[in-house]
Amino acid sequence: MPSTAAGLLQVGVLVAALAAVYRPFGDYMARVYSGTRHSRVERVIYRLARVDPASEQRWSTYAFGVLGFSFVGIVFLYVLQRVQSVLPFDYDRGNVPEGIAFNTAVSFVTNTNWQSYVPETVMGHAVQLVGLTVQNFVSAAVGMAVAVALVRGFTRQRTDRLGNFWVDLVRGTIRVLLPVAFVFAIVLVALGVVMSFRSGVDVDGQTVAIAPVASQEVIKELGTNGGGVLNANSAHPFENPNGWTNLVEVFLILVIPVCLTRTFGTLVGDRRQGYVLIGVMGVLWSAMLTVVWVAEAHGLRPLEGKELRFGIPSSALFANTTTATSTGAVNSMHDSYTGLGGGATLLNMLFGEMTPGGVGTGLYSILVMAVIAMFLAGLMVGRTPEYLGKKLGRREVTAAAVSILAMPTVLLIGAGVTALLPSTPGYLNNSGEHGLTEILYAYASASNNNGSAFAGITATSDWFQASLGVCMALGRIVPIVAVLCLAGSLAAQRATPATAGTLPTTGPLFASVLGGSVVLVAALTFVPALALGPIAEALL
Amino acid sequence: MNNLLKQALAGLRVLLVLTVVTGVLYPTAVWAVSRLPGLHDHAEAVDTTLVAVDREGDEWFHTRPSAASPPASGGSNKGEHDAGYDAVVAERRAAVARREGVPADRVPDDAVTASASGLDPHISAAYADLQVPRVARATGLGEDLVRRLVADSVDGRGGGVLGEPGVNVTALNRALAAAR
Repeated sequence: MPSTAAGLLQVGVLVAALAAVYRPFGDYMARVYSGTRHSRVERVIYRLARVDPASEQRWSTYAFGVLGFSFVGIVFLYVLQRVQSVLPFDYDRGNVPEGIAFNTAVSFVTNTNWQSYVPETVMGHAVQLVGLTVQNFVSAAVGMAVAVALVRGFTRQRTDRLGNFWVDLVRGTIRVLLPVAFVFAIVLVALGVVMSFRSGVDVDGQTVAIAPVASQEVIKELGTNGGGVLNANSAHPFENPNGWTNLVEVFLILVIPVCLTRTFGTLVGDRRQGYVLIGVMGVLWSAMLTVVWVAEAHGLRPLEGKELRFGIPSSALFANTTTATSTGAVNSMHDSYTGLGGGATLLNMLFGEMTPGGVGTGLYSILVMAVIAMFLAGLMVGRTPEYLGKKLGRREVTAAAVSILAMPTVLLIGAGVTALLPSTPGYLNNSGEHGLTEILYAYASASNNNGSAFAGITATSDWFQASLGVCMALGRIVPIVAVLCLAGSLAAQRATPATAGTLPTTGPLFASVLGGSVVLVAALTFVPALALGPIAEALL
Repeated sequence: MNNLLKQALAGLRVLLVLTVVTGVLYPTAVWAVSRLPGLHDHAEAVDTTLVAVDREGDEWFHTRPSAASPPASGGSNKGEHDAGYDAVVAERRAAVARREGVPADRVPDDAVTASASGLDPHISAAYADLQVPRVARATGLGEDLVRRLVADSVDGRGGGVLGEPGVNVTALNRALAAAR
């Protein structure tokens, strides 16, 4: 069978698998977050952690929960790396240096999972499991919790309560992520992914590093995290040995962000509201996949940085999915992509990670964009904008704007300053336009909490470690606080009944306005920078 | 401020409990299941053919070029307009053509480009084909036998659809060693 036909069939299989689980899994997540009963395991967790699951929180307390949890997460992960030499399974890799430890701690807590370290020589198995795996779970659960809190802002009326952050966090971890991760970890082992506590295996006289991969591989994809257990990430045959594992991993990346649109529709009591979101996400994802695929198929060195078992179609599918979801895992090296193909993966991130975006983060990002879109539509027709029965006044639009603008602001400041530093060219792997793209990609990846890289860049200097760390933190925290503020002010409102003048938010008109807003905001913000990097390169 | 501190302390307690669940119990459970007889050899990569390292000598099939610096895995991360890397690729092409005694335009792309992991176990059918005469000469095995071993070492697409087919160099070289 020709490669393109097989590739198209593969996309068909993927879409069919997602369609099959869309309703049951989406509705399951809706029940998880709206149910009132606590399982026995959860009650034990609440008792041990001394939190009251029955108490409901204001938006500010909910936000303090997220901030506090993230802060202690960073400190815990930093300390864990700094004392690695006393932990088991460290294989003399020693304590992780301060710069890497700081960057990695921020990176994993913010769901970025940027790999500024070489796992084979820096990270022992204990830190990988007790530190990195844990944040893979809980940072994903935080994203889902914030998304659910925003949905409650739309569904609740005249209340100052958004739910309980600890309950949402624990339920997302225990009822959603953990069971799926366990089942698919076993599936991946059966398909060939390794799970070993040794440091290396002998292959024809050479030692090849090995690790307990399977358990982390699953949650790395399922939680749209992306930090590799091994340096080559999901391009490493121990992480992703064949076409089957590749499909499973792409499926795991997409399953929660995609199905959360169903969860959303179910929770707001109108499933068409969710269908329109997945429609917009799906159209943009498909369009960008086409660009990456065609560009890579016509490259000068199409196999450079790609694994032969994946070839062009499976590499393009993975690259497009990982950058459209804030995952950042890679099964091929994006730095070696064509100007157009690599530029498209960059543009996926610049859309703000909502096509379909990360777990939870994708849903709340597109809902914020919907608020902006309705505001723009309201300006055009001269009416007070509404969305899902809630009026979008000054406070709501301001919160949405802050949430949307946080990422471009930190990205462009970070990349701009870096491009001006005299020392920067020494850290780039490529010169000229491609070098600028490496810088842009790094700051886009950090600010969007994606974590993939044009990996030729040597981002280990203090400047990169610190500035990228700050971009990750601000790119995560500012939108979350703004989103929770938005949720709080929405929940306080009484619902406005729909009238003849209400713009329906389920049809193709709304879908066009929403999709257009995603593209327009990214274009207005980033065209000048893109023109100097990937666009110039694609025209070479 | 008080509220933030209170939430942070609650966060620390929740984090510690979830660390036990997701960082200790969960991986231990996956590891325990991976000890089952049907899974153990996968999990421990026993006699693995998932990765390939290049073996020196004309009696072996060669892998794709590796840009990794062991023990770390990885690729070259070179963009397609990198002039310096053009020269590296041209040099590799000339070397392969010299080694196999063929014109440079017969050398396939996978023979001169570095994979993403630096451990790619596969080469294209064309690159395997190119190496058959040399390996047959150096090992004293007939070309027909070597070609049959190559055919036996092909990993097809998963389910006929997923991924791309390739010749597994590690499996092929072990089959060669066994045949001698």
